[in-house]
Amino acid sequence: MAKGRIVVLEDRCKSCGLCVAACPVKVLRISDRINNRGFKPVEQFKEGCIACAMCAMACPDVAIEVYRIDE
Amino acid sequence: MSEVKIFERPKSMYDVITHYCPGCTHGVAHRIVAEVIDELGIQERTFGVAPVGCSVFLYNYINTDMYEAAHGRAPAVASAAKRVRPEMIGFTYQGDGDLASIGMAEIVHAANRGEHITVIFINNAIYGMTGGQMAPTTLLQQKATTCPFGRDPGVNGYPLRVSEMLATLAAPGYIARACVAKPKYVPKAKAAVRKAFQTQIDGKGFSMVELLSTCPTNWGMRPVDAADWVEEKMIPYYPLGEFKVPDGEVKG
Amino acid sequence: MAERMLMKGNEALAEAAIRAGCHYFFGYPITPQNEIPEYMSRHLPEVGGVYLQAESEVASINMVFGGAGTGKRVMTSSSSPGISLMAEGISYVAGAELPCVIMNIVRGGPGLGGILPAQSDYFQATKGGGHGDYRLLVLAPSTLQEGVDLTMLAFELAEKYRNPVMLLGDGFMGQMMEAVEFKECPIKESSKPEEWAIGYMGQRGKRALVKSLYLDPEELEQHNHKLHRKYEAMAQNEVRYESYQMEDAEIVLTAYGTTARIARSAIINLREEGIPVGMIRPITLFPFPYAPFDALPKSVKNVLVVEMSMGQMIDDVKIGVGKDIPISFFGRCGGIAPSVKEIEDQIRKIAG
Repeated sequence: MAKGRIVVLEDRCKSCGLCVAACPVKVLRISDRINNRGFKPVEQFKEGCIACAMCAMACPDVAIEVYRIDE
Repeated sequence: MSEVKIFERPKSMYDVITHYCPGCTHGVAHRIVAEVIDELGIQERTFGVAPVGCSVFLYNYINTDMYEAAHGRAPAVASAAKRVRPEMIGFTYQGDGDLASIGMAEIVHAANRGEHITVIFINNAIYGMTGGQMAPTTLLQQKATTCPFGRDPGVNGYPLRVSEMLATLAAPGYIARACVAKPKYVPKAKAAVRKAFQTQIDGKGFSMVELLSTCPTNWGMRPVDAADWVEEKMIPYYPLGEFKVPDGEVKG
Repeated sequence: MAERMLMKGNEALAEAAIRAGCHYFFGYPITPQNEIPEYMSRHLPEVGGVYLQAESEVASINMVFGGAGTGKRVMTSSSSPGISLMAEGISYVAGAELPCVIMNIVRGGPGLGGILPAQSDYFQATKGGGHGDYRLLVLAPSTLQEGVDLTMLAFELAEKYRNPVMLLGDGFMGQMMEAVEFKECPIKESSKPEEWAIGYMGQRGKRALVKSLYLDPEELEQHNHKLHRKYEAMAQNEVRYESYQMEDAEIVLTAYGTTARIARSAIINLREEGIPVGMIRPITLFPFPYAPFDALPKSVKNVLVVEMSMGQMIDDVKIGVGKDIPISFFGRCGGIAPSVKEIEDQIRKIAG
């Protein structure tokens, strides 16, 4: 299984939650922070990202960048 | 140990935040169109035609030559521009009111003439920008502000399956329906969009991809529930797949 | 060397457009202008152009919008009810500052009306027709030769101002046959498409945006002011009219188009009788030639406006003339043209 991490471009996030629902390993959640547009951005809150990019594919706001970690 | 970035904003998308509602999958549709434009290397010779509707601001998000057309008329605008500049790649991006209501004559005739354009048709079964009225693609019993008791076929007829209708025409080269509401459908949606643009590049005629999409605000649902609604209610009525493929190919 | 040919009006206008470098025509059939699309469908392929028959006039004007966005010379033609259908599209073309030519071979209205000639689209042509604060530059030929010359001018002016230009004809003009000469037509004006049109993104380093939406109210106001500066420039530079036997005229007849031809014959006859009548014939209906009406010779005692309508241009004549000189109207409509004798009788009545 690949390993990865995501970067959330917080000011783009509109808190729609589609990525949270899409993530097969459930490492995403809506945070408690508020961005400059009043939305609570998503965050990766634990390890386990598999760099599948389902979150980024689901995101309508191109708010997620995905990195694959190669050993 | 090293890191490879495997997903980022496509180059032909402007780095701006869209005005679309949270969870509206116009954003996904825009992104896959931009990705395809990048991958095919056609940014500088592509023109798009934006509709009237929520996506009137398509031109603020995709960096190609752009027209903003009158409601429903994008296929006419694109047809003419393509006829005058056939070496360019032309696409329209239209909602369900724009394409299937006021623009029905324009889309049927552009398809029937086999215009070498690519149409991206966003079907979210409702009128978004104007606040949630019934669309030609609103499902039976679905409620909208102008069918508050649910769509009644006796009063408003049946939801229009545009892809199937246009696929009966001889001229079109590629017609497909895909879904952008959930990421599991997105790779196939992007492949369809790519095939549609490739059909145009190869000179194989009119191409259209109908993309089933969400409208959480006007459906009165949370984005995640709206995505489920597309899967549970829209896909059974609007089946995914290819309805017309260039000669010699097999439909997928 | 100019060739002199006997041609049907509609066909002469179409040929003039082709010679003016317009190689793209988008239109829909409607009586009495069908010879224009038919001619275009036969001859545009010869010059490597495109004739595209649209599914309606609505589609036609939107195709003109699309074609015009490339910076190439494009046109459409129609007749009254079809022009009504184009109203929204014309507004979009003007709002997006695109050059194009629209020919209206006017027929009787309102509604389905009749198929015979009229001049009842004056308001529609000169006061906008479609929504919003835009104007069309309107050219009204009186003979087929003038139609040919003004068609070529129409494309030049459309590019000069990046605005739609209307050539206002009528069914007589469209259907009659006359000898016309196609003069050498060097294309002098360019709208500089490399600066604004689609298809130059690599060259320009920036994409083109052809739009008319300005949601910010201040921006929209500025845009309207910008459009208006064009119309003011047109009023400064493009007014055209003909003065005929005006030096000592006591009665001024004013008419445009085919009506003016008929009026000219009446004037010739009346002058032989010693009645001092002259004519001011507007050639640009927008910008309207207010100046000659404002500065009528002191000899003028009466103005008679003659139109194939219930009276539309008369409003602009009244603005030009003011209150001091009586203005009367004579019109025929329904597809009927005033006869030379009818016009003579009107003038004789005024002369007393």
